Amino acid sequence: MIKTFLIGIKDLKLIFRDRAALILMLVAPFLLTLGMGLVTGRFSGSSNTGIADIPVIIVNLDKEQLGNALADVFTVEELAELVEPTFSEDSEAARIAIDEDTAAAAIIIPEGFTRSVIPQQGTFDEEPEALQIEVYANPARPTGAGIIKSIVDEFISRVEEGRISGQTAIFQMIISGRITPQQGEQAGMDMARRLEDSPTDNTLAIKLNTDTSGGEAVQFDVLAYLAPGMALMFLMFTVSYGGRSILAEKAQGTLPRLLVSPTNSAQILGGKVFGIYLTGVAQMLILIGASSILFQLKWGDPLAVLTLVLAAVFGASGWGMLITALARTPAQVGSVGSAVMLIFGILGGSFISLEQMPPAVQMVSKITPNAWALDGFTTLALGGTLSHLSTPITALLTMGLILFLIAVVLFGKKNLAQK
Amino acid sequence: MSNILEVQNLVKQYGDFTAVKGISFDIRDGEIFSLLGPNGAGKTTTISMLSTLYAPTSGDATIAGHSVKQKPMAVRNAIGVVPQDLALYEDLTARENLIFWGQMYGLSGKSLAARVDEVLEQIGLTDKAKDRVKTYSGGMKRRVNIGVGLLHKPNLLFMDEPTVGIDPQSRRAILDTVKDLNKQGMTVLYTTHYMEEAEELSHRVGIIDHGELIALGTRKELTRQVGQTETLILHIGENEDPEALVTALKDIDGVLEVNAIDHEIAVITHAAKDVLAPVVTKANERGIKIHSIDIREPNLEAVFLHLTGRALRD
Ligand SMILES: Nc1ncnc2c1ncn2[C@@H]1O[C@H](COP(=O)(O)OP(=O)(O)OP(=O)(O)O)[C@@H](O)[C@H]1O
Ligand SMILES: [Mg+2]
Repeated sequence: MIKTFLIGIKDLKLIFRDRAALILMLVAPFLLTLGMGLVTGRFSGSSNTGIADIPVIIVNLDKEQLGNALADVFTVEELAELVEPTFSEDSEAARIAIDEDTAAAAIIIPEGFTRSVIPQQGTFDEEPEALQIEVYANPARPTGAGIIKSIVDEFISRVEEGRISGQTAIFQMIISGRITPQQGEQAGMDMARRLEDSPTDNTLAIKLNTDTSGGEAVQFDVLAYLAPGMALMFLMFTVSYGGRSILAEKAQGTLPRLLVSPTNSAQILGGKVFGIYLTGVAQMLILIGASSILFQLKWGDPLAVLTLVLAAVFGASGWGMLITALARTPAQVGSVGSAVMLIFGILGGSFISLEQMPPAVQMVSKITPNAWALDGFTTLALGGTLSHLSTPITALLTMGLILFLIAVVLFGKKNLAQK
Repeated sequence: MSNILEVQNLVKQYGDFTAVKGISFDIRDGEIFSLLGPNGAGKTTTISMLSTLYAPTSGDATIAGHSVKQKPMAVRNAIGVVPQDLALYEDLTARENLIFWGQMYGLSGKSLAARVDEVLEQIGLTDKAKDRVKTYSGGMKRRVNIGVGLLHKPNLLFMDEPTVGIDPQSRRAILDTVKDLNKQGMTVLYTTHYMEEAEELSHRVGIIDHGELIALGTRKELTRQVGQTETLILHIGENEDPEALVTALKDIDGVLEVNAIDHEIAVITHAAKDVLAPVVTKANERGIKIHSIDIREPNLEAVFLHLTGRALRD
């Protein structure tokens, strides 16, 4: 046990003395995150804490329950940091303001919107054609506009849900003779009132909603997606480098020397694996720490982040061991490792959000630790807690376990003693 | 005197190729035993089996009473190994290397630190202990490589060609270290293809060739096998062709054997003074210029030549 630990520590020490490895482990992901952050405009805003005070113009021509509810959404305290709403009566002026780049988007709620959604007296059994809310977006501010859009979308989908369930419920009650059509109208009004209250709370959920995946996270703080994506991609480098060191030690004679010392092969292999694991965890924590300080990136609940890191490195280490067990020379591990790093990086969503990929790719991405871990990091960045991570963590641990078992079987067939 | 190591019919096959063909020998407590043999003779393979790195194809060996097959861990604790090729972490300092390897031999804490200081002193690297091994010269690396084998004060030390490829000064230092260690009571199994090293260091020598132990004994015992002989070494010019001369020299009365290695011709004879004149005459007749002539007492080189018909060095 102690020897396993000592071998792992030795490997950690060695990798931190290898300048080339350090560049790939720490500098490359950091610079790539920075570069991609610049490309996506993360750093061009006046605020350096991510996106805040998105200017939005709200033109509420409806002035009834739903229109007011939507307008209210933008004035709640929870969104005060994120958005900077101004109100206007003039939809044309609002559009011009957007064209002149004074705001990220204009929300135009048409007159009669509420009535088109909620059945009014006398029109109960007609199917009203719902009017459209228009979000006039500023193409020069895609991120801000995207966030505004997603808030409105969320509002609409809540209304939609409420409308359908409300209508059906009332209709059911009339059919079953429990209420008269007149009472039904009253019930409809109640329903509308409830809708009016509820959208506010529900809309806020998009900010806190932990099930929100990559796409929306990008809109909140693009770095909360980019930074873990890059870190995870280069974690694959670290684990293959670590695996490579097993074969390198064989070639440089230190592995045979270990084997003639009173240390058994399980302790040695265990020590090497522990070293890889330790290095991966150190790399992730350094990258997380650096981006927290330098980019003021919020990774989320520290304990949950740590747990996710521990699981992600475990899953990735499994791949590192498998590659090593299949390869013959350190150079082979190096080249296969780099290829796997890139493929997993792409498949795992380090460059393009998985949401934008075809379903087949999304399926395949499940074999990468990157996809699972990135999913977890996004969840945490959006305010999720450890309890929301059970799926990615279980997936990562299972993946690691299976890969380790395969690797151990393959290693058993390999003669580690021979040079 | 008891035996610290007993080898019985050790065989190692790599696929179809038999690298070690059933060798047997003993090493007595407290001696320096050399395995002398040319490249590819099977020295490293033998050491690898004795140090439990490779399982023997057949045969066995006991070290301090433990079978290498049955009790590898006990054997590993009893031996120190200095591998032929450097086996160190080049990005660690000499001290860090020694500490790590000491830990692998179960040392720790103050006693480890004290032992590391002692070993550093012994290998003469106290001043350089904080430099990374990769900044060292070949000779210094060799010394660290040896130091690692000494940490746990093994009763039996295996040294596999520890002086290969280093400068004469470092080599001298290493040979002296081996003698010191032996004086302090360490038994040493030393392999080399340098006859001089084997002669200088060893109490007994085993000569190994093509995986077989072809001779074994003290230097005196071995040279006696060659008989009462002396060897004339003729150093000839680089452009001369020795072949014709070799044939001619074989015809001289009293010459037992003639061998040419590069620009040296070895003439084995019962009495050097009797053949010296005809040898020079034959060379002159063929217009071959002799730069110098050495006369040598029988040595292990001659023994090897006698037994195999080949020179020890290629
Ligand atoms: N792993 C291996 N697989 C196949 N053949 C091997 C292997 N290791 C050694 N050999 C062969 O076995 C023979 C003995 O090798 P060994 O290394 O034991 O010789 P040696 O006496 O130590 O030589 P040297 O002085 O060059 O170190 C050589 O012919 C070598 O090519
Ligand atoms: Mg050898």
